[in-house]
Amino acid sequence: MSAIEERKAEIARLAQAAVAKPATFGPDLDLTQFNAAEDVKSVESLESLDKQVKETALDIGFDTTEKGRSGSYFQMDRSPIYRKVEEMFDNKLEIMSTEEALVMYPELMYEKYYWRNVAPDKDKYTAQVALGHTEGYFIRVKAGQKIDKPIQACLFVSENNISQNVHSVIILEEGAEASVLTGCTIHPKVRNGLHAGISEFYVGKGAKLTFTMIHNWSEDFHVRPRTGVTVEEDGVYVSNYVMLKPVRSLQTFPSARLVGDRSRAVFNSIVYGLNDSYVDIGSEAILEGTGTRSEATARTVSRDRSTVYSRGRLIGKNNDCKAHLDCRGIVFSEESTQWAIPDLASVGAPGAELSHEAAISPIAAEEVFYLMSRGVPKTEAISMITRGFLNVDIPGLPPALRRQIDRALEQTAKDAM
Amino acid sequence: MASQSQQPLLVIEDLYVSVDDREILSGVNLTIAEGETHVLLGPNGHGKTTLLNTIVGLPGYRVTQGHIMFKGTDLAELEIDERARMGIGIAFQRPPAVRGVKLRQLIEVATGEGTGGHDELLADLVGQLGLSKLIDRDVNMGFSGGEAKRSEMAQLLAQMPDLTLFDEPESGVDLDNIAVVGKAMNRLLKSVRAGHATRSGLIVTHTGHILDYVNGDIGHVLYNGRLACKGNPRDLIKEISKHGYEKCVECAICQR
Repeated sequence: MSAIEERKAEIARLAQAAVAKPATFGPDLDLTQFNAAEDVKSVESLESLDKQVKETALDIGFDTTEKGRSGSYFQMDRSPIYRKVEEMFDNKLEIMSTEEALVMYPELMYEKYYWRNVAPDKDKYTAQVALGHTEGYFIRVKAGQKIDKPIQACLFVSENNISQNVHSVIILEEGAEASVLTGCTIHPKVRNGLHAGISEFYVGKGAKLTFTMIHNWSEDFHVRPRTGVTVEEDGVYVSNYVMLKPVRSLQTFPSARLVGDRSRAVFNSIVYGLNDSYVDIGSEAILEGTGTRSEATARTVSRDRSTVYSRGRLIGKNNDCKAHLDCRGIVFSEESTQWAIPDLASVGAPGAELSHEAAISPIAAEEVFYLMSRGVPKTEAISMITRGFLNVDIPGLPPALRRQIDRALEQTAKDAM
Repeated sequence: MASQSQQPLLVIEDLYVSVDDREILSGVNLTIAEGETHVLLGPNGHGKTTLLNTIVGLPGYRVTQGHIMFKGTDLAELEIDERARMGIGIAFQRPPAVRGVKLRQLIEVATGEGTGGHDELLADLVGQLGLSKLIDRDVNMGFSGGEAKRSEMAQLLAQMPDLTLFDEPESGVDLDNIAVVGKAMNRLLKSVRAGHATRSGLIVTHTGHILDYVNGDIGHVLYNGRLACKGNPRDLIKEISKHGYEKCVECAICQR
């Protein structure tokens, strides 16, 4: 058996052993309740997609006109129906489906990237993705290339009660720079279902990846992303996560290993818990290299009967490393619950400097009255303060992404009125 | 002008106000006509800020007796924002920081809709009050005393209230900033309302320093929850600095 065959068998064996393994956090789901996704035909142009699909995609930052984008990937259910790299980025950037990448670069994928940052036996969700038919995007930016326009990807669920299994890989070679905007959403007719998404990101020496994810689900939908990142010497990983709509349950705890010296990871999360949403989000930074740094900022708002967990874990493993966690929450309803769970560990690294600020508090009445004294009605004042609270300053965020987030916040503020 | 001012802008009659069941104001009577600037003196803790906050409508200031009429309307049932839109503005002594809300946004909302010329006004305010470094910061977040006062003045110049309440405009401000704040107060109080006299003001001051920059027409001393005397603000301050508040409220120059 070849090395690749052996690795495939190993992945299958590991996954098989974990099919019933519940996740560490979040409600346990019975995966047999979801149907397998059907194939969907590819499209020649994004413009040919149905109007409702295009509009829904735009809400999560995916622009079907592809204006201002360097490349696009669109997956519907389990099928990659569209992918394109703008001509000017042709030899700099590769976008294809993960299945295609496995065929085109089998050694590279199985040896270095496929199931290397996320373990197939982590829990039943990774196992399902490993064992089922999955697609996802493969994005590679060539060494030294700076892609100055965002790459956009949309993972779209079009059918009711299916399990969308996704496995994506992003590779930034040495000195490369890119921002990837991934929006995950569902067709308005879809009520329930599951999105299980594996993301493995590799940030090379001196490379910089800005990964922005906007989620837009519905009240009976379940979401279980599993994300693993490694960052090499002087590399930078910036993660921005935005979830402003109701969901049945969502649990995610992306982990970044800062293996290279002076590498850095930044996590910004904005979550709005509505209706009966159960949201458990977090981030983990493992600081292994010398001079590594990490910052995590989370802003959570909960209304109605929602439950929101905001976790942040920092693990210092090097005597010269420094990380800070800042999570703040506002609870708007007596039927809502929020947890802020900072979690710091220094492992054999007495020089590691790890710190956190965590706070859950109401909107200060004094601030509301202040705005009212300038003539702003009370509900509008509360909305302005809430939007301000969620409007995390994200340094280095491309303006196009900033506008998407502002748009989403604006819309949510309007809806909440 | 006087013919248009038949009805005084603000009339406070026999006002009693309690905070946490403790009576702070015990029968205040005060009338401010259009175009007048009044000065409220008095020792700390005798009700000056309580009076301003009650006019603004902040919760926690319970009117137990008497009433406040503004432009002929009883304010009792009106919310803070409704009073603001009627033409009452306030420069707070220590305004709260609001995370994520920029000074620029507050100036915009204070300007109100449909007035036009937002950009010019904003540029003008930024220039006059030296706000270029503050305009895109979270309002009052980490502002120095002088910066907070300049920010308050910019918001009020955008709002252009008919009656502006100034709570200790000189406190925590260095001399340079007092001059800037004073100039802005003058600009506000001297600006003309179409078809009316100039705007009106009520300035709370503990030290009286702001009167070096802004002219007050009538001074009052608020003592033990009542307006104890009335007169030329500068004369009152002179008297107080010589004899202290206690003697002042008994003295002869008082008109009340």
